[in-house]
Amino acid sequence: MDQAWSRPVHLYGVERPRGSKTVPSTPVFLPPDSLQRLLDSLRGSGRQLMGPLVRDGAIVFDRIENAAELPRGMRDIQSPGSYRLEQSDSPRLFAWANGPQALKPMTFAPEEVLWQVVRDDSGLHFEPQASTPAPTAVIGVRGCDLAALQLQKAHFLQEGAEDPAFQRRLDKLLIVAVDCSHPADTCFCASTGDGPDAGPGHDIALTELDEGFLLRAGSPQGQEIIDSLALPPASTAQLQAAAESSRGASDAQTRKLPATDLRDALFARQDHPHWAAVAERCLACGNCTAVCPSCFCSAYEPRPSLDGAESEQVRLWDSCFSFEHSNLHGHPVRDDIRLRYRQWLTHKLAGWHDQYGRSGCTGCGRCISWCPVGIDLTEEVASLLEEPA
Amino acid sequence: MNMHTTLPMPAQVKERIQESADIFTLRLQYPDLAGDQRYAFAPGQFNMLYLHGVGEVAISIVSDPQDERLFDHTIRAVGRVTRGMSQLKEGDWVGVRGPFGVGWPLAEAEGKDVVIITGGLGCAPVVAVINYIFRRRERFGQVTIMQGVKHREDLIWRERYDQWAQQPDTTVALAADNPEQDQSLFSGNVVQLFDRVDLQPDNAVAMLCGPEIMMKYAIEALMQRGFPDTRLWVSMERNMQCGNGLCGHCQMGPLFVCRDGPVFRYDRIAEWFFRKGF
Repeated sequence: MDQAWSRPVHLYGVERPRGSKTVPSTPVFLPPDSLQRLLDSLRGSGRQLMGPLVRDGAIVFDRIENAAELPRGMRDIQSPGSYRLEQSDSPRLFAWANGPQALKPMTFAPEEVLWQVVRDDSGLHFEPQASTPAPTAVIGVRGCDLAALQLQKAHFLQEGAEDPAFQRRLDKLLIVAVDCSHPADTCFCASTGDGPDAGPGHDIALTELDEGFLLRAGSPQGQEIIDSLALPPASTAQLQAAAESSRGASDAQTRKLPATDLRDALFARQDHPHWAAVAERCLACGNCTAVCPSCFCSAYEPRPSLDGAESEQVRLWDSCFSFEHSNLHGHPVRDDIRLRYRQWLTHKLAGWHDQYGRSGCTGCGRCISWCPVGIDLTEEVASLLEEPA
Repeated sequence: MNMHTTLPMPAQVKERIQESADIFTLRLQYPDLAGDQRYAFAPGQFNMLYLHGVGEVAISIVSDPQDERLFDHTIRAVGRVTRGMSQLKEGDWVGVRGPFGVGWPLAEAEGKDVVIITGGLGCAPVVAVINYIFRRRERFGQVTIMQGVKHREDLIWRERYDQWAQQPDTTVALAADNPEQDQSLFSGNVVQLFDRVDLQPDNAVAMLCGPEIMMKYAIEALMQRGFPDTRLWVSMERNMQCGNGLCGHCQMGPLFVCRDGPVFRYDRIAEWFFRKGF
């Protein structure tokens, strides 16, 4: 299989993002005091703007209006089972890696009504959910989450079986990505080939330097917005600084997966004793699946009205760690945590290759930080691979 | 996008047949289907049946694709939704999404002998394929039907089996763990029936449906008798919820049973078949 995507994504150096078909536009320079102009133009055409905010001790995406709301000087200190924010003196707005939320909720909603049904004397009447999501621009998306969006598109937009809800949300989304300059200790996107720079899938990508921002377009819509700002081209020194920042963000990563294709290695180790060792720590809480930017499982639930005349069919995020996920005739196929952890990891890093041609992991590290007992996917893989199959 | 796979179509219960204490058949009709339109599906495919306000359940289609107007689902009342469905009467309504998945390899089976092996309570996907074959009998060679059950009364379609046994070039072999003095039933399991039938593997396909442990031993017996794994077909069950390969519940290794199956050529699932946890 093509391993081109296994390289880290560096845009300003010699390497090009995998799968990139269009030549990136010439970067332009946006001074820090002009950032509000960019935000205002993102909010044009009736779009709501989502951006990173500090809430409940974490970086989360929510509605923003002003550049002043962005998390200036905020750093995230992440380690297995731990996420802390720390205020620094840095004037930078994007000097953090990520929060628990990926881009995922904006296209694959945690809860979504699929259809409604009304019962009357003449029978049942089904109506699809037709509500139109609000046009939305989001700023601050990282390479790992952009790559995960590509994975979600591969899953939800299969030819002939496109998911209407996912499609509607995606169609209304304008994505402003930010090259990652300060990876967390839990990040390993360089080893999966999905960062630290923003790869394909954005409308605009932004590099944050001490002196301001470099902007490049990833779509005609993004180019239009950049053109409307009438900014000067980035200087050679600025491009040089961006390339150095990118390389520094790769080199700073200490965690990694040993290869981008672990399919055969993991499927050959289905009976490895280490699965039981992980199961002794794993609580099967499903946090890893909730924060994972590529996990796609969902459950269907009817919500009838009190009088029973009407009902909604709701789709909710589900997790392969839940006991009933694999229910068959009232009993789960995976009735212990060992089997459920194995299902999650082998699906993510092995089964995805068969299903969508690459690993389902983009190296964001969230499953490591947000695991209440600090199970580290990269360490578990290393332990599994220690012995020959 | 096919709206029938994401949005249910209302269908009316035209007839309800009680097959046994907890098994019933719903004969359904789409009122919205225009004049000469027929509900197109293949034996072995399934629908998601929706009971108003209660939920959906995956049920295979048991009737023949050539049947006019009606399509049948045979259901065992075991869970919340199916118990509710057992209360449905003629004239009531359900929602139907489908048909989903890949059915039996009937084009490939034409001109060949067909071995059908099933176990447990009247396996509906298999009844669909047997009915299909006997309505087009001249297209197929020798037909061998083997079924094993626990108790004699579990053979809910016994009359049909007796009729099939009367057909030319047809062998019906039935086994029960507890045959209760019924001399026509072999006392034992379906795998033990292999010693009592004459199977010629050279130009034959085998179709299996039922408990996985039964299929595992039947596959071993077939392969010992010279059947290649490329001519064995199995109907799998997993937790199907969406039918479109989206919701993730029915994954078996990298396969989505709802979309890539439920009928699989054995060599394509051998890596995952009967592996604990997949």
